[in-house]
Amino acid sequence: MRYVRQIYPFNRPAELDSEERTHVPVIIVGAGPIGMAMAVDLASHGIRSIILDDDNKVSIGSRAICWSKRALEVMDRLGCGERMLDKGVTWNLGKVFFGERKEPIYGFNMLEEKGQQFPGFINLQQYYVEEYLIEAIEKQDLTDIRWESEVIAVQQSNNGATVSVSTPAGHYELDCDYVIAADGSRSPVRKMLGFEFDGETFQDHFLIADIRMKAEFPTERWFWFDPSFNRGQSALLHKQPDDVWRLDFQLGWDIDREAELKPESVSKRIRAMLGEELEFDFEWVSIYTFQCRQMERFVHDRIIFVGDAAHLVSPFGARGANSGLQDVDNLGWKLALILNGKAPASLLQSYNDERVSAARENILNSTRATDFITPKSEFSRIFRDAALELARDFEFARRFVNSGRLSVACIHHDSKLNVADLDVFNCKLVPGSPSIDAPVKVNGSQSWFLKLIGQQFTGVYFAKDGETTLQGATALLQDSIPVKTIVISNTSETETSVVEDHKGLLQQRLDAQVGSYYLFRPDQHLVARWRKFDPHAVREAVLHATMQPASGDSA
Amino acid sequence: MSSKILTEPRIEDPDDFYARLIAIHEGLNSEESQQLNSKLILLMANHIGDREVLDEALDIARNVQP
Ligand SMILES: Cc1cc2nc3c(=O)[nH]c(=O)nc-3n(C[C@H](O)[C@H](O)[C@H](O)COP(=O)(O)OP(=O)(O)OC[C@H]3O[C@@H](n4cnc5c(N)ncnc54)[C@H](O)[C@@H]3O)c2cc1C
Repeated sequence: MRYVRQIYPFNRPAELDSEERTHVPVIIVGAGPIGMAMAVDLASHGIRSIILDDDNKVSIGSRAICWSKRALEVMDRLGCGERMLDKGVTWNLGKVFFGERKEPIYGFNMLEEKGQQFPGFINLQQYYVEEYLIEAIEKQDLTDIRWESEVIAVQQSNNGATVSVSTPAGHYELDCDYVIAADGSRSPVRKMLGFEFDGETFQDHFLIADIRMKAEFPTERWFWFDPSFNRGQSALLHKQPDDVWRLDFQLGWDIDREAELKPESVSKRIRAMLGEELEFDFEWVSIYTFQCRQMERFVHDRIIFVGDAAHLVSPFGARGANSGLQDVDNLGWKLALILNGKAPASLLQSYNDERVSAARENILNSTRATDFITPKSEFSRIFRDAALELARDFEFARRFVNSGRLSVACIHHDSKLNVADLDVFNCKLVPGSPSIDAPVKVNGSQSWFLKLIGQQFTGVYFAKDGETTLQGATALLQDSIPVKTIVISNTSETETSVVEDHKGLLQQRLDAQVGSYYLFRPDQHLVARWRKFDPHAVREAVLHATMQPASGDSA
Repeated sequence: MSSKILTEPRIEDPDDFYARLIAIHEGLNSEESQQLNSKLILLMANHIGDREVLDEALDIARNVQP
């Protein structure tokens, strides 16, 4: 089935025919996956926004294909996770090839701990994800998405910003409290405001060919170092839905771009890789130079940068869109609290700190992978080949082989919003990490832990046998920033709102005991945990996690 | 700062080990020799395992005072 790209029409906005200025809480520049996810997230918190995009269609060619577990969990909160999982290709296995050998030097299994709703990765074309987001936007009426609407100027004032929009029918201006720049790696907003985008461009080219073919290759990520069909370079093969396969050929620095893009020469490469007899159609071919760059700060008063506009990585590791979705997850609830007057604007500083450091981590990983794939010196190539030679026989050497360290959920170890443990816990989860998933039963039916927490501050309490409510929990729900409580019990009584940890996995993963209480942020990251529930401590933790003074301090 | 890397003599019959170290490179060109050395370093580094020791070794080799 061939994918048909829809055109989203320009609709003449009321502003063109009116003297009155429109004011919205948030204007989002860019209807890429990150800008659209941002709008859906804000709407889920009741915040209105206008998205402006200079184009009228979804991503041309697939670009992103690998979506990580954390990205799927975020998208699930936004109502698109299960669709992505259903349509996507789930994969866990990878194989690494080196040199002339037809056989892989080794294979690896990325299988995550079982008992989680989402796998480590799925592959799905970026345009499908964007379409799902457009549908999610159309389902509610808090987001106004405007196509063929180019942002040509952004002006900040003390209490907001003004955005100038150019459309086929003329220019107009919009006022807002905050601008979110999700306008991609070349970010015109970033340029208009004169912000730097520091980093490096790798002296290399990659030819990406998405082809349609009926092939019996397994659903695995195959990566070649220095194969006979692409000497001295690397290559990649990976499956997508609809019989589409992603092929990626490293070309080197000195190339003739035009010549390389000719269908004959791309076909020749593909046949050398997969066999002379191969029958296939092109879906999309493109040549890329990869870069790793980031802004020094993502928050500039009323202008906030997210996604590729704020940080750019090479695709090895699939950290682009996957990290952009974590920006969204991090920013949505904070901005909503600020706009609703429930938290100070300084809470945005924590978005800046947490996501700037996440971007650093992503860039570090992506740069290391790029340096391994494209060694920068003769000497480092020799070391790389030595590691690859050893990798065939020795597990330890496989740990050095780096064809991309795939995106994992970011842990905000040093976040100011974390409350340090006073009690002892022995598990991977620490304050600052997103919760791990686990199967649970809600009123007797199968569900997942991550579906229950998040969206607002959530307390998770591990009850005694027979206990189904937590005293003091109802009062927490009445606070200015409410905390909802989930009572986890091991009894399978079908009491209302009892959540059963029927496999005991949740208790294990959180190192919970009877009486333990965990406080999660609306983005499912852990704020604090205690061995005993104390509503006062919970309130203080909520204040702490929203950058407000402790209750004792407010006089 | 006390160092963790052991730098006192530890290899029995050092002349013999040294001769073997040179001998395994026999007949290799410079690139092949470098390749062999790289494998050796990776193997030995993994055997040592201790990051502090490895970092000290890297620093000494590069002439940085630990
Ligand atoms: C070959 C390749 C493979 C990749 N693979 C992966 C992968 O497997 N996994 C992964 O997570 N990521 C991957 N990525 C990265 C991923 O595609 C990007 O991170 C993602 O598209 C970023 O989304 P965004 O919304 O921030 O920006 P974009 O998708 O670039 O969207 C920006 C939008 O802003 C609009 N815009 C720009 N200027 C203006 C203006 N002045 N006014 C109005 N609108 C404007 C643009 O038209 C566009 O729609 C890959 C990228 C490439 C190139």
